[in-house]
Amino acid sequence: MEEVVPPRLEVSNLSKSFGGTQALRGVDLSLLPGEVHGLLGENGSGKSTLIKVLAGFHDPDEGELLIDGERVRLPLAPGQFRELGLSFVHQDLGLIESLSVLENLRVAELASSRSRFGISWRRERKRARETFQRYGLRIDPTAIVAELKPVERALLAIVRAIEDIRSVGAGQGVLVLDEPTVFLPREGIEVLFSLVRDAAAAGASILFVSHDLDVVREITDRVTVLRDGVLVGTVVTRETSEATFVEMIIGRQLAKLGDVEHADMTERRVGVSVKGLSGSTVTDVSFQMHEGEIVGLTGLIGSGFEEVPYLLYGARSARAGRLVLRGHETDLTRLTPAAATRSGMALIPADRKTDGSVGSLPVVENLALSVLDRYFNGVSLELRRMRRETRALMQEFDVRPNDPSLPYGALSGGNQQKALLAKWFQTEPRLLLLDEPTQGVDVGARQQIFGLIRTAVEERGMHVLCASSDYEQLSLLCDRVIVFGRGRVWRELVGDDVTKERIIEQSYEAMAAEVAGVVA
Amino acid sequence: MSGATEHTDTKPAARVRSRSLAADLLERYALLAVWGIVIVVFGILRPDTFLTTANFSTIFGSQAILVVLTLALLPPLTAGDYDLSVAATMGLAGMTLAILNVNHGWPIVWAIAAAIAVGLVVGAINGAIVVLLGIDSLIVTLGTSTFIAGVVLWISNSNTISGVSQGLIDIVVVNRFLGIPLEFYYGIALGLVMFYVFEFMPVGRRLLFVGRGRSVARLSGIRVVRLRWGAFVVAGVISAFAGVLYAGTLGSADPTSSLSFLLPAFAAAFLGATTIMPGRFNPIGSIAAVYFLVTGITGLQLLGVQTFVQQLFYGGALVLAVALSQLARRRDAAAAG
Repeated sequence: MEEVVPPRLEVSNLSKSFGGTQALRGVDLSLLPGEVHGLLGENGSGKSTLIKVLAGFHDPDEGELLIDGERVRLPLAPGQFRELGLSFVHQDLGLIESLSVLENLRVAELASSRSRFGISWRRERKRARETFQRYGLRIDPTAIVAELKPVERALLAIVRAIEDIRSVGAGQGVLVLDEPTVFLPREGIEVLFSLVRDAAAAGASILFVSHDLDVVREITDRVTVLRDGVLVGTVVTRETSEATFVEMIIGRQLAKLGDVEHADMTERRVGVSVKGLSGSTVTDVSFQMHEGEIVGLTGLIGSGFEEVPYLLYGARSARAGRLVLRGHETDLTRLTPAAATRSGMALIPADRKTDGSVGSLPVVENLALSVLDRYFNGVSLELRRMRRETRALMQEFDVRPNDPSLPYGALSGGNQQKALLAKWFQTEPRLLLLDEPTQGVDVGARQQIFGLIRTAVEERGMHVLCASSDYEQLSLLCDRVIVFGRGRVWRELVGDDVTKERIIEQSYEAMAAEVAGVVA
Repeated sequence: MSGATEHTDTKPAARVRSRSLAADLLERYALLAVWGIVIVVFGILRPDTFLTTANFSTIFGSQAILVVLTLALLPPLTAGDYDLSVAATMGLAGMTLAILNVNHGWPIVWAIAAAIAVGLVVGAINGAIVVLLGIDSLIVTLGTSTFIAGVVLWISNSNTISGVSQGLIDIVVVNRFLGIPLEFYYGIALGLVMFYVFEFMPVGRRLLFVGRGRSVARLSGIRVVRLRWGAFVVAGVISAFAGVLYAGTLGSADPTSSLSFLLPAFAAAFLGATTIMPGRFNPIGSIAAVYFLVTGITGLQLLGVQTFVQQLFYGGALVLAVALSQLARRRDAAAAG
């Protein structure tokens, strides 16, 4: 097929190294007008480096960039991407939380406005309302961003980016979405998809970077896969099977997903019971966990399941509730995280960066934090032993690179999460609480994390409670899944019922029931 | 004060390692090297006044109070809180000591104990307001600092009270070891104790996490409230100790002069965080920073520059130190992805 129009954006033979490591090696990428193009690869495959070159953040060693067939000099100057019609939505969204929706929407324009005075806020408000209407969103332009739900924030950031490229000219521009779905629940993803499709229909090119294979397969026309900084290939999405994608990404075949045995363990001895738990959304929730059982909590966003781990850990205050852990009863309204850790609990929060670890401090200090007293001989911390044992622990949990003195933030997402598991497993918890344990983690590391959790349950008799809105993850990891609706337990799925389809179905049924007012 | 981390797709180890060992050592000891250069330069320019034992004895002895006050700032700063009331607390402690010792005839040991107790109470109140009510420490201690300064003027009737027991003066400035007043060694000893606590005791590590990632610390089972509060109490007690040394140095207590120590103390604490253990508030670095600043100022004064140079120097150093530490942190964050 001969191409009549040149690609909107074409990158060829791009290479970039950091120190001795080659992050990108002769990578090619082309985006056609009106195309949604996926960019897949594990952590460390070079996706981010490629995007940062496009944003003018990195200076490549070699390579060419053509936009609409015209050669552009690399490296780009800071901010030059805007003139070229590129627009980026990064994972952190880049919104200013303390300002209003409207101010955020117009920030680029206000920053570069030629007329330095006389902003008509009334006119701007009207324009913003029209913009949102055009995309079918109900967001109040005067609301403060901090008060928006995560979904609304993500959509705001994406609308802003689309508006930016629209201002370049109708049917032009390149929209780069870097992991846009990580924090979105299913409903949000649907809205995101329709925004992306509209933008593509108007002629924009979209580069869609994601870990989530399902999402990428659903929305993209073509996909480029990188591995270890090298181009594996560019394929047409609908001609490529899931297995092929996985093989391209990790370079080997994965044990087939979905072939998980779900044992029914509800006959076993009860190890943990939660009685009458009430928090800010959940009301009077009770459930039990059996020996050696991994229990999942799920539901749609807002159903309350996501607060349960934090309530059980004392990280958020419960209105009522009691927890019995191996015969020891705790009043959850008075529990603090310090007391929870002492009674044998551990929490691995969803937000690794703000709640799980301090990225600027070394791995060894982050990991040793939970067991500092073990290294204190009454006089002094045994720092050498701390390093040695941490290194062994990192080895055991396959944290790479195995260097305890690295800043924690220098690890990739998957390795950060494995390190967090290591941090808490050394306290030998009896109840492990997980919130979205594999968010932003690549496929290979995800399998490893599941394996580590399974082994701990079998060998150490740990109880594991996993809150997640990733239904596939739940179906792979959990023996039993509790579906929430409007702050209450809606359904429990056990054994063969623990499938992605059944979980999705029940989550939506819970919502439908909510609407019908059946759950009361 | 959290370290920015971002998800990264580049091979991280190489990027971190790309900073060579030499660059690392240079960063750690740059301040000491500059200090050495400053001494050499002034030594060449004013060999007969600058390079004398008397001069160095003055430099080391006279600044012990600033050293102690700078050390007082470190626990709250490490825990992520500002304590702007340290200088006022030092003044209050010194004044309490002088009033009890001189006006009421208390034995000096009891007067010292009372002064330290005052510092403890101030720290406890600061900590309670900041931690229990959840108010920004900068605002709280700005308020309590002004309040305490008012109390000092009130209880002293705005008068300087002189005639503190000779015993205190003897063990602070009169008695010397290797030609340097004993107070110098008190500051050094306190710095070493704090270094040990920060580096080799669990509480020091926990405090660091409280400051860098409060939420991480809390979810790791650390009693964040207790540690932050404790940091304020320790700051209060050390400030009071500085007040005792100040009264011992002057043999009196005046109602206002202690306040001028606040800015130099912050300048030294931040400058200290750029050296020895870059990126962390650390006692040894802070002590080095105090003496670096004072050496520079003394040298300039010996060259005949007027006293206003002191303010130029301290003010400039504070801004420069904060700028440097921000740049270092940004670099670390970039290295982390």
